[in-house]
Amino acid sequence: MSRREGLEISAACAEAVALADVDVIAAYPITPQTHIVEHLARKVADGLLDAEYILAESEHSAMSCCIGSSAAGARTFTATAGPGLALMSEMLFVASGLRLPVVMALVNRTLSSPLSIWGDQSDVMSVRDCGWIVFFAENGQEVFDMTIQAFRIAEDERVLFPAMVCLDGFHLSHLVEPVEILDREEVDSFLPPYNPKYRLDPHNPTTMGAFAPPEFFSEIKKRQDEELRSSYHVILEVWGEWEKRFGRSYAPLSQYRSEDAEVILLMAGAFAGTARLAIDRLREKGLRVGLASLKLWRPFPREYLVDALGRAEVVCVVDRALSVGGAGGPIANELRAAFHDVADCPRVVSFVAGLSGRDIMVEGFMEMMEKALSYARDEEMPYYEMYGVRE
Amino acid sequence: MIQLRIHGRGGQGVVALAEILAICAIREGKYAQAFPSFGPERRGAPVVSYCRVAEEPIYTREPVQQPDIVLVLDSTVLRVVDVLSGLKPNGKLVVNACESPEDLAREHGCENCLVATVDASGIALRNMGRDITNTAMMGALLKVETIVDPHNSAELIRTYFKDTSGKNVLSFWDAYRETQVADFSLR
Repeated sequence: MSRREGLEISAACAEAVALADVDVIAAYPITPQTHIVEHLARKVADGLLDAEYILAESEHSAMSCCIGSSAAGARTFTATAGPGLALMSEMLFVASGLRLPVVMALVNRTLSSPLSIWGDQSDVMSVRDCGWIVFFAENGQEVFDMTIQAFRIAEDERVLFPAMVCLDGFHLSHLVEPVEILDREEVDSFLPPYNPKYRLDPHNPTTMGAFAPPEFFSEIKKRQDEELRSSYHVILEVWGEWEKRFGRSYAPLSQYRSEDAEVILLMAGAFAGTARLAIDRLREKGLRVGLASLKLWRPFPREYLVDALGRAEVVCVVDRALSVGGAGGPIANELRAAFHDVADCPRVVSFVAGLSGRDIMVEGFMEMMEKALSYARDEEMPYYEMYGVRE
Repeated sequence: MIQLRIHGRGGQGVVALAEILAICAIREGKYAQAFPSFGPERRGAPVVSYCRVAEEPIYTREPVQQPDIVLVLDSTVLRVVDVLSGLKPNGKLVVNACESPEDLAREHGCENCLVATVDASGIALRNMGRDITNTAMMGALLKVETIVDPHNSAELIRTYFKDTSGKNVLSFWDAYRETQVADFSLR
């Protein structure tokens, strides 16, 4: 039987990894990811988790270890944050290209400089084309659930892609709240042991990561792209099974009061919780507003988004990442691209806010939504706006 | 929903206090949330943590700006931090101090609130030989507002701290008994 427990969300993540019975954890500690790996290191040291814990000398090495262990057939986990992900970046592409189902907790932290240890989503956006499945968690329960789901999805023979679960640095990683922790039997019934068809085996030698000249490279990448896209169906299938077994439903978007909404606020991560309260306040004022919290970033759920958001007049996207010198917030951009050939589509208003741990209050979300509506209706709309910045 | 802000200095258990309170409330079937003011950990520097306890799910991720209760684990922060900032009218201020609540209120201009003081440092030094006051202040907190059952809290403290659990439970109950209260709330 599952148990409801008050614990730090980093600990909930570590519990999920332990319940998934991983074989190898290779990581380098970095704020604000440290609590996850500390919990796991302690579990291994105390004999509560029968896994190999590799303290790598860098994140590049940590991901290299993960690639090696996953290729050898071991269920593999790592966790990192911000600059750690940046240092890992080269090997992220390798893990995906080799189709290795490594699972990572990415504790979102901004990228320097200025030097900052606080949270935003510029790290994950910097590697958005690396070919991983990417989930965004909004609360502790989702961190726990998605971590277990990630192993099942990544290791599915129809998928075989690495997967990362994003949780906002500090706002989720360092917060204590109630989480329903599944028991061993429940997890075992959902997540079968990892038993890959292809693995590195000295008795049956194979080559992984071979050289591909121009005559082959594009064909391989096309297939990688198509198969990452088609993992979408497996993700939905696994989420459906999760709901049936454990009663908690998952979808590419979690929506709140958005059915008849003229303005829908779209964002990813923990701050959607605060935004929810802004929706209630604006509804009390008579505005038809709703919320859509993005849970799946890769594969990009284009059709789902067009369908779910298409009836609104305005989609107000709040990105916790800045595309420096680019064309607005990363989620807003992809949404605009998704709507480019859709007739009568909503106007997409792009806000960048909550950078480097700056809080967004309920009033801030209210103001952005009201602004979005007036931009879309009356005023000349800026391509994007950085919200709440002192001039 | 009850919202708390806890002040102190790094190393005094400011974060642990919020965590213990939240875990205790969750074990009682309530909803709760505890988190530090985010950033590098700084021993000795003024630090803040937050806690919310409610009967219904908590969605906000904002820091607590208008607390119902402010706890101060180290009276020296009163000189450098405006601990009364945002305290709701008729809120509660609980301070680790030797003075009476009346003297403390006069000295720091506390109006429209309940003030409680307890010599938590004295209690902690007596029981543990260390000026770590979070468990004593938990006793003082529950004296002024029964957010959780004090017996449940004592039991959680017993399991939360490994080597010093007995001493922490002693501190908790000592402070629970010794806390003095003066009510300046407007009626």
